[in-house]
Amino acid sequence: MKSNDLILQTSTRVVFFIIFLFSIHIFFAGHYTPGGGFVGGLLMASAIVLLLLAYDFKTVKEVLPFNYLGMTAIGMLIALTTAAGSLVFNVPFFTHWYDYFDFPLLGKTSIHTAMFFDIGVYLVVVGITLTIIEMIGGDS
Amino acid sequence: MKLINLVVLPIIVPLFIGTVLLLFRKSLLAQRALGLFGAAATLVVSLFLLAKVAEDGIQVVTLGSWAAPYGISLVSDMLSILLVATASLLTLLVLWYSVYSLGEKRELSFFYPATLFMLTGINGAFTTGDIFNLFVFFEVFLMASYVLIALGGERIQLRESMKYIIVNVVAAALFVITIGYLYSITGTLNMADLAVKLGDIGSMGVISTVAIMFLVVFGIKAGIFPLYFWLPGSYYAPPLPVLALFGALLTKVGIYSITRVYTLIFTTDVAFTHDMLMMLAIATILFGSIGALAYMDVKKIIIYNIVIAVGVILFGVAAFNEVAVTGSVLYLIHDMLVKALLFLMIGVLIFITGKTNLREMGGLIRHYPVLGWTYLVAVFALAGIPPLSGFAGKILILQGGLEGGFVWQSIVVALSTMVVLLSAIRIFIYAFWGAEKSFNSPPKAKYVNRMIPVVILFVITMGYGVFIEFLMPLFQATGTQLMDSSLYIDAVLGGEK
Repeated sequence: MKSNDLILQTSTRVVFFIIFLFSIHIFFAGHYTPGGGFVGGLLMASAIVLLLLAYDFKTVKEVLPFNYLGMTAIGMLIALTTAAGSLVFNVPFFTHWYDYFDFPLLGKTSIHTAMFFDIGVYLVVVGITLTIIEMIGGDS
Repeated sequence: MKLINLVVLPIIVPLFIGTVLLLFRKSLLAQRALGLFGAAATLVVSLFLLAKVAEDGIQVVTLGSWAAPYGISLVSDMLSILLVATASLLTLLVLWYSVYSLGEKRELSFFYPATLFMLTGINGAFTTGDIFNLFVFFEVFLMASYVLIALGGERIQLRESMKYIIVNVVAAALFVITIGYLYSITGTLNMADLAVKLGDIGSMGVISTVAIMFLVVFGIKAGIFPLYFWLPGSYYAPPLPVLALFGALLTKVGIYSITRVYTLIFTTDVAFTHDMLMMLAIATILFGSIGALAYMDVKKIIIYNIVIAVGVILFGVAAFNEVAVTGSVLYLIHDMLVKALLFLMIGVLIFITGKTNLREMGGLIRHYPVLGWTYLVAVFALAGIPPLSGFAGKILILQGGLEGGFVWQSIVVALSTMVVLLSAIRIFIYAFWGAEKSFNSPPKAKYVNRMIPVVILFVITMGYGVFIEFLMPLFQATGTQLMDSSLYIDAVLGGEK
């Protein structure tokens, strides 16, 4: 059954990390410029799908031994909890907040509550994509 | 302290608990306990919100502090919060019933999270003040309902869920297209803003067209004639608790949406749009009646009774005066309660006999008197015999219809009561009277377990009828808010400063 996909496998080893890093870049680019958790998550999911095409589900499961459904749920909880911060501060739901902080190495950087929300979105997108793939293609 | 976000809570509480449930998918105890807790917590916050809305008027939150009409508004007026509270209550009781009746395998297949997500979508659809957001919440509860209808994976379920999904995907596409038309005409999606803009434009052919397209979109969901074709088949397939949820809640979201857009947004060409709605409502009643009388299957009879009720409620909306609309809301809440009750009772009945065909049942009254007599009273309530819960709504609907000059239509509505009574009482006559036929006679304890939520819902439904006088101020406020759209508009566009 196994066809000769040496080229695909070899290039995937490199390309996977490029896509992964790009997805992180896109994720942090979000909010002020185009990007964000959803697009970043989709990129990450597509990188994993590439891994899946080059190898098989068992290998992917070994490389990334997560409970994808749990990952989705945790992502959703992070997003919801961030949004629910507005309940504590008694401002309309989903109201965002940001400030500037000085970090070593990074220098002056803005921290935005939307970023935490986006971390949740990122996890949900990656998790749900992999859950779907696992359910449809996992048992073959 | 003034809680700004109270409006949001009935939406995010079930979402939060449902998400947590995804983490404990293997533990039956956690699923049951958290599932019930989620529904109960939603009920509590919606009751708080109900008290708040009754006291202070319409509550609005614009998400993310982006001012309306640019941000998404969540609006809780009387109609919305009454429906939210009722939906939460019914979800709680149906979940309670499911604990005893659904079976472990189904319970562990995402039943509780899916139900809570469905409640999220339903509460969101009732609450949102943005027409595109309404579409989003429609999708949320539809996704969850796809899970619920296919739960268990029996042959009939797979066939019907396929049908259900196709119908709803087509409806969803049409929904987006219709919203696109509306947006291209007005340039806004906020319902209050839409009402203002369309009021300025006045009567225009294209707006009436969009109004009818919305009627089609929501009509598919609500099950009005001739768009209910999918409903009896699809609702027949899932297990009974799911059927009770669908029958009591899902069609009502369609009715709510029609009521909302036909009282708030499309009020400029009433002679055309509302007459159309009136004709369809009457046809819905007629065809629903035929269906209800034609079948000998207990589930089918009650399912066709949903269709009749849809017609009656929309008749009141179409009559479009304060009395009729108030009656419609009263009847809508009544119908949610009593349909859930009847479905659960039918569930117990099917559990006892192991059959769904009336001809194979008989003589149950001697062994199950509580079920028998409560069922009889529930049927009287369904038909609207005073002082039970259907009466107040129906009398107001008829009064409003006659005031509006819809004489023969009102007579049809009144006569439909007879059909409802006849069709549902047949179940009583066949199943409880007559010669005793063989049935499963399951252990008494299981029967009693199932009867507890049923009896609680029975008491609530009866209370809703008998003590309606005390609730009337709430419903009168609802009617006033619906007929005077400036209240809604001011709350959304004027109040935020």
